[in-house]
Amino acid sequence: MALLEVKNLEVRFGLRSGEVHALRDINFTLERGERLGVVGESGAGKSVLGFSILNLLSRPGYIAGGEILFEGRNLAVMSAKELRSIRGNRISMIFQDPMMTLNPVLTIGQQMVECLLAHRKISGRDAKNIALQKLKQVYIPSPEKRFDQYPHELSGGMRQRIVIAIGLLMDPDIIIADEPTTALDVTIQAEIMDLMLELCERNNVALMLITHDLGVVSQVTQQAMVMYAGRIIEQGPTREIINDAQHPYTQGLMNALPQMAIPGQRLNQIRGSMPPLQKIPDGCAFNPRCEYAMEVCQTQLPDYTSSGGCRVACHLVAKMKLEEAAARQIEEAN
Amino acid sequence: MIAFLIKRIVQAILVMFIISLVSFSIQDNLGDPLRELVGQSVSEEERQALRDQLGLNDPFLVQYGRFAVKALHGDLGTSYFFKEPALQVILHKLPATLELVFGATLIIVLLSVPLGVYSAIKPNSLFSRAVMGLSIIGISVPVFLTAIGLIYLFSIYLGWMPSFGRGETEPVFGPWETGFLTVDGLQHLVLPCISLASIMLPLFIRLIRAEMMEVLQSEYVKFAWAKGLAPRRIYFLHALKNTMLPVITVGGVQIGTMVAYTILTETVFQWPGMGFLFLEAVNRVDTPLIVAYLIVVGAIFVVTNTLVDLIYGLVNPTVKLTGKK
Repeated sequence: MALLEVKNLEVRFGLRSGEVHALRDINFTLERGERLGVVGESGAGKSVLGFSILNLLSRPGYIAGGEILFEGRNLAVMSAKELRSIRGNRISMIFQDPMMTLNPVLTIGQQMVECLLAHRKISGRDAKNIALQKLKQVYIPSPEKRFDQYPHELSGGMRQRIVIAIGLLMDPDIIIADEPTTALDVTIQAEIMDLMLELCERNNVALMLITHDLGVVSQVTQQAMVMYAGRIIEQGPTREIINDAQHPYTQGLMNALPQMAIPGQRLNQIRGSMPPLQKIPDGCAFNPRCEYAMEVCQTQLPDYTSSGGCRVACHLVAKMKLEEAAARQIEEAN
Repeated sequence: MIAFLIKRIVQAILVMFIISLVSFSIQDNLGDPLRELVGQSVSEEERQALRDQLGLNDPFLVQYGRFAVKALHGDLGTSYFFKEPALQVILHKLPATLELVFGATLIIVLLSVPLGVYSAIKPNSLFSRAVMGLSIIGISVPVFLTAIGLIYLFSIYLGWMPSFGRGETEPVFGPWETGFLTVDGLQHLVLPCISLASIMLPLFIRLIRAEMMEVLQSEYVKFAWAKGLAPRRIYFLHALKNTMLPVITVGGVQIGTMVAYTILTETVFQWPGMGFLFLEAVNRVDTPLIVAYLIVVGAIFVVTNTLVDLIYGLVNPTVKLTGKK
């Protein structure tokens, strides 16, 4: 049994102007100790996916269907109390902006100890010792001093280390990291990424890394999925996706990396922008921006096609696979 | 802390100076005090002599200088009507007003926090909608109308509550007599306190609700949920503490304003406090008393605002009163 298995997850937002699909057809698994990258532009539904796994969607978002199986138990239908015993305990989350994540009026110590006391029956002193030990693990200098300080007294990188330490407090099975380095200084980004990697590896924690940085995904993760307008359009082993992207959107993302540009020339970009959730076009959501769009792309939602170890939602890929198969049959017949 | 206090005291002195200047300058423009002071039968020569004697013919700055020197010695002039030091007359009435304000503040604090928090957590519930609707009415209806309505309903129609005065009071200290220690005194406090609170309470409920709803959307509250904390801890520690920061700032100013609002409430309920006294003083053109009232109210404002800043510094760790750690 996989540690986390998401089946046909569907999330909707009940807006005044009508219901919109924020996520649909979401299927993936996460094994113990595995690292999964979730990639996409802003608005693709990456963060919504992260929050829905902990069943933490805020109104008007809600889980409209599907299952989120954590060790076989469905988080989508679990009682609030049971969910609480999993949040922060078995699955923890690291947010994007460490400046906003920590409560400004509570000390670092208070915010760490409360999490321990919420999940374990231990004394305040024991909780403090565990907290101090975790602060050491994330290389916070003089943890005793930091323990009594308020968030505004620390730098951004330091705060993200503390958020990571809070995420690790209960030795969780899964950490969902929602763009954990985006808000940080570039020089600190690599440091924090290395730290997360090291801690996940050492503690055998599964990591779900939500990011728009394909470079980070290729370095850190084993599995990856690319999202577009609330749907996974390509998923599979990271190496395959990076080296041999099938979906035109993934190819576009790869070409848009600054490393792919020729010095002195304009950077590559995918023309247009992601449609808002209320205005997702018929057929394949990517068709208005796609260079290879065919007639069928404008009318029919593409199914998933297997390609190597990957699953791709693209009519073109499906067509090519069909042609390949037909050619192979003809070859065999001859 | 000490640097902060010194800074605040210098500010307070400046503010008090301006208040005294403004309120003293009113003195010349409030009609002729002689008319109240003496009867019809006094001749014009005698009036002029009395004016000279009282210093009313001196230039403004001379008059103000004289007033300021005396004021610094605690002498704000002598009430024309009571023939007593104005400050003493006011301080004698101060406890009644402060008790009224205290009662109203108590109602506001005890009701606004739970109601505001509840309607922020469950904004769509029937109860929250009812609270919001009523609060609009509360804000819109003027205090004197609320007061008259309360008197009509509870004093005249139902006959449950007394309609005027302070009732039985117990002496506590000096001129301070309290209505909080006798049943009769408490009964007399109920309606005036409710009507005084009727404007501020809805304001605070709405303020707390709006702030709280914003705080509940914040990342740190989401993070608190993701940590698996109990809802009670998230609402009443993580969210409420941040909600209260702006509320404390506004609240402090409003308590000062409420001292001024007592004029209406005290008049309707014939409450023997400063506000009622002030209105009488205006009718009698008792200028020293008017000036003294304005200065005392100004002082109350300055003191409450300083206290609020101190409390704010205690609640909000990002504000450091000490300057260095």
